[in-house]
Amino acid sequence: MGDENLNSAGYEIPPEMQSQVAITTLDKIYNWSRKNSLWPMMFGLACCAIEMIGTAASRFDFSRFGMEVMRPSPRQADLMIVSGTVTKKMIPQIVRLYNQMPEPRYVIAMGACASGGGPFKEGYTVVAGVDKFIPVDVYIPGCPPTPQALLHGFITLMKKIEKQSLRSVPWYQKTPGEPIPIPILGPDLMDPRKFDQIKQVCGKLAEQGNEPAEGEAAHE
Amino acid sequence: MNEQVEVQSSSLSDRFPEIVLPDTRTGYSGFLVKPENLIAVVRTLREEMGYDYLSSVTGVDYLPENKMEVVYHFYRTTGGGALVLKTQVERENPVVPSLTPLFPGAEFQEREAWDLLGIRFADHPDLRRILTWEGFHGHPLRKDWKEPFFEEEAKPFKSRWPEGHVYRAEDKNPFHDNVQFPAGFDPELWSPETDELLYAGLKRVDKTGDFLTEQVVVNLGPQHPSTHGVFRMVVVLDGETVVDLKPIMGYLHRNHEKIGERNTFLQNMPFTDRLDYVCSMSNNFGYALAVEKLMGIHPPERAEYIRVMMAELTRYLNHIFSIGFLLNDLGAFFTPMLYALEERELILDVFEAVSGSRMMCNYFRFGGVARDIPDEVMQKIRKLVLDRLPRKLDEMDYFITHNEIVRGRCEGVGVLTAERAIALSASGPVLRASGVPYDVRRADPYSIYERFEFNIPVRYNGDIYDRYLLRLDEMRQSLRILQQVLRDIPEGPIMSGKPQYQVRVPAGEAYGRVEGPKGELGFYVVSNGKPNPWRYHVRAPTFINLTSLAEMCRGQKIADVVTVLGSIDIVLGEVDR
Ligand code: SF4
Repeated sequence: MGDENLNSAGYEIPPEMQSQVAITTLDKIYNWSRKNSLWPMMFGLACCAIEMIGTAASRFDFSRFGMEVMRPSPRQADLMIVSGTVTKKMIPQIVRLYNQMPEPRYVIAMGACASGGGPFKEGYTVVAGVDKFIPVDVYIPGCPPTPQALLHGFITLMKKIEKQSLRSVPWYQKTPGEPIPIPILGPDLMDPRKFDQIKQVCGKLAEQGNEPAEGEAAHE
Repeated sequence: MNEQVEVQSSSLSDRFPEIVLPDTRTGYSGFLVKPENLIAVVRTLREEMGYDYLSSVTGVDYLPENKMEVVYHFYRTTGGGALVLKTQVERENPVVPSLTPLFPGAEFQEREAWDLLGIRFADHPDLRRILTWEGFHGHPLRKDWKEPFFEEEAKPFKSRWPEGHVYRAEDKNPFHDNVQFPAGFDPELWSPETDELLYAGLKRVDKTGDFLTEQVVVNLGPQHPSTHGVFRMVVVLDGETVVDLKPIMGYLHRNHEKIGERNTFLQNMPFTDRLDYVCSMSNNFGYALAVEKLMGIHPPERAEYIRVMMAELTRYLNHIFSIGFLLNDLGAFFTPMLYALEERELILDVFEAVSGSRMMCNYFRFGGVARDIPDEVMQKIRKLVLDRLPRKLDEMDYFITHNEIVRGRCEGVGVLTAERAIALSASGPVLRASGVPYDVRRADPYSIYERFEFNIPVRYNGDIYDRYLLRLDEMRQSLRILQQVLRDIPEGPIMSGKPQYQVRVPAGEAYGRVEGPKGELGFYVVSNGKPNPWRYHVRAPTFINLTSLAEMCRGQKIADVVTVLGSIDIVLGEVDR
């Protein structure tokens, strides 16, 4: 694991101490330790979760990357792997879980569904990508992504973590971030951030006096 | 089969002249009955004619005829073909009597028909929405209901094919998202459904004893490490004992059937992979059978053998996986699972070699399979089947079966009796572990299963332990079939006719069912001669097996709920579709 990465250039370490001492910056050691001990949340949504389990098992074994401690509780996890189709009925819970995760936290959208709706995008209860609600750090294509692809996603995330700096990370800023408002299940999924827009469009539709958006059921 | 239908028809029409009429539409079979006579006819069917198993209940929206039809498939647990009963009502405000008093197994299926098609079932004990949520706008499987990202009635969409101008569905929707609201709707005035009502209905105060004890309502899921995905149970507890339990699903409802009715017949094949995503090959099998029945074609010999081979490998894979999960649920976290997953990887290698994908195989075609099996892969399968898999099975058996803790926690827990299992329409290992020797491969043989020698394992205690043992037995039988397949598989073509993208399916209906690893997997397909199915319904075994969950859990400890659920072996992709 890279001492080379850890060592800051410009400091000579005597040869006899080279594998025991490292001189580095706070940022580097902070990121180095974080990226090698990501704890994913034990959280499976659909088919992709099965491949995630496969990745955890012996052949692919993601404990090699320091992440075998899957936590069932969001309070103890710092990585959410959204592994599967996000439905409208499930998204309030996902947002809630995300809000409960302490910072620093990361999100991986695993598979076509989590990234953008995938094969089920046209469905009436499918959220076309989890990034409509929570920020995503790494997207992994595939349906399902192979374990290799998932591992590649992890490594990409590690690279991202490596580049962060204590000075600019959001969780050490003066004002803490706001939790994401929880979507509400109405006649359809309602994002509290979009209430005005919904009201506006629905009002316009009513004025036109015709059927609601794009062919609605005539019943009920 | 035809003979049988005639026998049925004569006796049914003898009993009910003028009331039960044969369905004479071309390509259709079964009988039509008026809703007001339904209960009487079904009672006779069950009590006098031996049709004691209600397999599937579903609705079809015949928009052009302005009719809503409810279709029932009955079987005898002693074997034989289906008796199909249909009842038609007006599309506006359709009401049909509920069959739950006679067949409690209809409960979830009727709720689903209400949710998706808006058919009301009179006297249903708990007619709430099941896959969508209370308050959802409309009944999505009605033919005149359109989803927010609606583009055209049927695929291939003109925008995509043959010219190929793609646009983002978001750009056309007024909300720029996958949502739609009624005109004049104001989100601020909406009061969302809360769970209070559900809880209030469940909670009881026990005043019988000296103490005033209150029961507690506990929610397990949808995010819970032991619910095998996004499944939720509301459990009422008296101390640690389960008083009542309500399963709540729909958290993975991906609109399989609505999308399936827009797709062409072949386009549905990859979607079936995603039903029970652990056993994609068996799902392919069921769907291919249903459509082949409609088309009246049969795959060539070699393809039949390949199909059986894939189905049985899948059964092994599924059972070893589910045993691993069961041990997870018992608290032996992940170690047994690692053993199971090791074998799974080897079988997945085979699947990947023949189909190109590990999990989502999309391997079956109408009239055959997509690709032939190369010799090297055949060698690999041979090695697995003849050597490794039996060995590993014995190893599992050796480590787990006589384990003190496993026996202590599984024996006598989560019991389901044979009568209740039949009444609740349970199928697969759950049914057979309760002492009912019913396996579609024997009871109503399909493909070439008649040729093989194998037993249908049965266990009689109906508890978790028996379900576990039964899975072991079934894996042994699967290996036995596989050995015969490997011995007999002929050379030859793997497709009848030319492979086509667009198959011609004559008008009519068909119900194809296979014994999937989790139970009876059925596909009800209605075609009206167009390139897309008019109705495409999946009888998902685990969805219906869940009906018996509450029964198995009542009186058990809360910790056992998790194991009982594990022993049913559910996959949410199939439960919620
Ligand atoms: S991307 Fe594919 S495999 Fe993953 S959840 Fe979606 S449908 Fe399933």
